[in-house]
Amino acid sequence: MKLKELHSLLQGIEPFQSPKVALEQYPTGAEIASRMLYTIESVYNEFAGRTVIDLGCGTGMLSIGAAMLGSPHVIGLDIDEDALEVAHSNVDDYEDLPVDLVQCDVNTVGEAQPGLQADTVIMNPPFGTRRKGADMDFLRAAFQVSTGTIYSLHKASTRQHIQRVAKKELGAASAKVLAELRYDLPASYVFHKQKSKDIEVDLWRFEVVCA
Amino acid sequence: MKLLTHNMLSCHIKGVTNGFPFKIEATEVSETEADYDPDFLRHIFPRLQWPALKEGAESLGVTGLPDEVTEELLQDEDFLKAFHHALLEVTLQEGALVCPETGRKFPVMKGIPNLLLNEDEC
Repeated sequence: MKLKELHSLLQGIEPFQSPKVALEQYPTGAEIASRMLYTIESVYNEFAGRTVIDLGCGTGMLSIGAAMLGSPHVIGLDIDEDALEVAHSNVDDYEDLPVDLVQCDVNTVGEAQPGLQADTVIMNPPFGTRRKGADMDFLRAAFQVSTGTIYSLHKASTRQHIQRVAKKELGAASAKVLAELRYDLPASYVFHKQKSKDIEVDLWRFEVVCA
Repeated sequence: MKLLTHNMLSCHIKGVTNGFPFKIEATEVSETEADYDPDFLRHIFPRLQWPALKEGAESLGVTGLPDEVTEELLQDEDFLKAFHHALLEVTLQEGALVCPETGRKFPVMKGIPNLLLNEDEC
């Protein structure tokens, strides 16, 4: 699939109806999602024939994209019932898309669900601006769930910290920034003064060492 | 929820030691069509708990899976098609996942299991 085609497919995905501040429910825009997914598919070919788990799937943008790009089985996890309802209706817009949704707490999923594993983990985690460390909790969970690779978006300002945690604490075989993207964040919440704000975001790829 | 997902989930209530596999109570089951890929089936097989898949399939009305799977069966097209169907096509829409130890029911609505625990269960 071409990038343009993927982008236009993903543009049809419904956003959050009322995003929740505490969960940092920023929508993954079609632009950034399609770039992320396209890179994973075209450079690494890590959807076809591989299982995928999307941590904090929100409205299902990345899960749907991964299934469209050939993953035979995608699980989207989210704690929020309202987000999952939107995700469900988004998945339902396509016929027979192999996406399952599960309501659970991503922060503790590694300990709570030791059997839950996938070849490829994708996520657009909270950036940890509302609850400090939320981004790192997701990353830790990703290292427990993935048996192969992790693709994730993080604020560029946290790059050195992420590199250190991935290598030292989480024992990543590799941790690499694949691309610098601009996250065009529309003013979703009342405390946002500007109409929209560009945030610099890194697309990371981590390789997990299998036990 | 497909049975591949079911095969990975367990009950994590505090104190539960045998939370796998969930028993399935099905009130509505549907079927989707998934691409048949024998290589994927052989790729995923070593990670599966086969008895849980077989039992799960039976509770969704799919019978005929063997008790054990041999290397030869993994090359057998009739078997692989039945395996594919049970793993990726049969879908639990409405019902519950029941903890095998405590009997606690986790509801499944619109195909989505809710595994969130109450405060006194964490």
